[in-house]
Amino acid sequence: MRLIVVLSALALLAGCQTTPEDQQPSAAGVEERKPGAKPGVQAKPVERPQVGSVDATKPGAAGKSPAGALKDPSSPLSRRQIFFDYDKFEVKDEYRPVIEAHAKYLRDNANAKMLVQGNADERGSREYNVALGQRRSDNVKKMLVLLGAREAQVEAVSLGEEKPMCADHNEQCWAKNRRGDMLYGGEY
Amino acid sequence: MALRDNNMGRFLLALLLSATALDAAAQLQIEITGAGVQRTPIAIVSFPGEQNVGTSLTAIVRADLERSGLFRGLEIPPLAPHPNENSPINYGEWRSRLADALVVGSVAQNPDGRFEVRFRVYDVVKQAPMGAIAYLFTKDNARAAAHRIADFVYEKITGEKGVFSTQIAYVVKRAEAYELQIADADGERAQYLLRSNEPIISPVWSPEGRRIAYVSFESKKPVVYVHHLSENKRQVVASFRGSNSAPAWSPDGKTIAVVLSVEGGSQIYLISADGSGPRRRISNSASIDTEPRYSTDGKWIYFTSDRGGSPQIYRMASTGGEPQRVTFRGSYNVSPRPSPDGRLLAYVTRDGGRFQVALLDLSNQQVQVITDSDRDESPSFAPNGRMILFATVKGGRGVLSAVSSDGRIRQHLPYSGGDVREPSWGPFIE
Repeated sequence: MRLIVVLSALALLAGCQTTPEDQQPSAAGVEERKPGAKPGVQAKPVERPQVGSVDATKPGAAGKSPAGALKDPSSPLSRRQIFFDYDKFEVKDEYRPVIEAHAKYLRDNANAKMLVQGNADERGSREYNVALGQRRSDNVKKMLVLLGAREAQVEAVSLGEEKPMCADHNEQCWAKNRRGDMLYGGEY
Repeated sequence: MALRDNNMGRFLLALLLSATALDAAAQLQIEITGAGVQRTPIAIVSFPGEQNVGTSLTAIVRADLERSGLFRGLEIPPLAPHPNENSPINYGEWRSRLADALVVGSVAQNPDGRFEVRFRVYDVVKQAPMGAIAYLFTKDNARAAAHRIADFVYEKITGEKGVFSTQIAYVVKRAEAYELQIADADGERAQYLLRSNEPIISPVWSPEGRRIAYVSFESKKPVVYVHHLSENKRQVVASFRGSNSAPAWSPDGKTIAVVLSVEGGSQIYLISADGSGPRRRISNSASIDTEPRYSTDGKWIYFTSDRGGSPQIYRMASTGGEPQRVTFRGSYNVSPRPSPDGRLLAYVTRDGGRFQVALLDLSNQQVQVITDSDRDESPSFAPNGRMILFATVKGGRGVLSAVSSDGRIRQHLPYSGGDVREPSWGPFIE
């Protein structure tokens, strides 16, 4: 991860109090301002400490991208997306051949690693949607492991509603966003 | 029963604040809805000497007080002689101008270049001084000084602490760029803490206001960070295998509750706020347990769970233990936020296809839906409990709104720079 750390000269609103809050103000609380005269109320400094900012927009170096069958459009291994029904988390039967192919690939390539990213549609709480996406990726992982992948090869995570494939606000779009994406090491 | 007392006899009073106080980019629009909102008429007389500061302190004070929905600033004609904090007060004259309260003061520059503002607050009705104070500030901190003045006036008149000097955090999305920003409570002086090409969610202020925990997806999965505001530093506090999200601070600032999927599913764990030491699992279900939030007294953790078949809010002892269900009405209740005084719980409820902010009175189980928008998210109490900031969608764009905890006062914070979401209101700053 490359981070450009910027010490911003921008400031944060925060007062540093040097005197107790609000000595009971009275009519005598504020005295006439005369040069050299000691005021009845000591003025409190209002200060703003500096704030540090982090710029993480510089991309990290991408690992070496796998090639071969994983990219071959005629191979089931090129299929990486599993779509889910509304409020459903089980992998549908139609995706079983795809999962099987990836499970076999992972079994045959002990060094291969996979990240399964679960996703949810935009409706509702962002954090709850992270949990819903996790339930989807957990189920994809479970099936991969059941079919021969090693547990340690597959990490199941969630992107919640944060990375939609489709930005419109309708069911057709939401269906594309309820999905799991399978990425191999070097692809993310 | 969802009480919608503001549906009846609703009127809208759109009040655009004076352009001198706010620049166009972040101009605040205040809507006051519901009958019976009493606004105290207050005369804030411009402070002699404030023209040398380059920022009109009294205009900011007036804008702050009006934004609370509890005050109405009076127009004041040129006065001769122009009063300051030492002038004798002619209460009859201010009554005839319909003022209930009066603020007079002055600004002088000290030999070290700093400014000193001195002012007094008067109760015109009771014909009595209410208080006086002085602040020292540099030119750069003039807005901060004005917010301090507004807090002082607000507290003298309402008896509760003002929140004008507090800050808010939120996330801005522009195209595919994300920024975690903090700004003054009026939306001014925004600055970014984190800029990223990947999403940022769930920022939350530490209890003392010097740190912000958040979730960043910059490593292609959710990871929890803590940003130390005044140091040039942030640290990873939860980056376990799987997802790491939904941070919540314990009231002492030492512990963070987080949601991890490291053992499969989404479960609540406690970790040390500095990322050291072991994680401790405190929820034990085969269901989703997420969105933890401590009660202010630290005894409880409220959270969202679908263990009953639909997402509902539960609470458990903050050390773990058997959860109790808290919400019962409706099939989707999420994002619990206990109020600072512990008496109320704000959360998001779905009714039909609408997501709205609801308030549950924990003493009598009364529920009141307090927003009338329909894609509301992420409620966040002001530290004095009077307002709730939340994210919603207006005109197809993410915006921040605020609503008073009685539902009567609503504010929108239009922002031209992108989609704004995930607000978090910071604590009082001492």
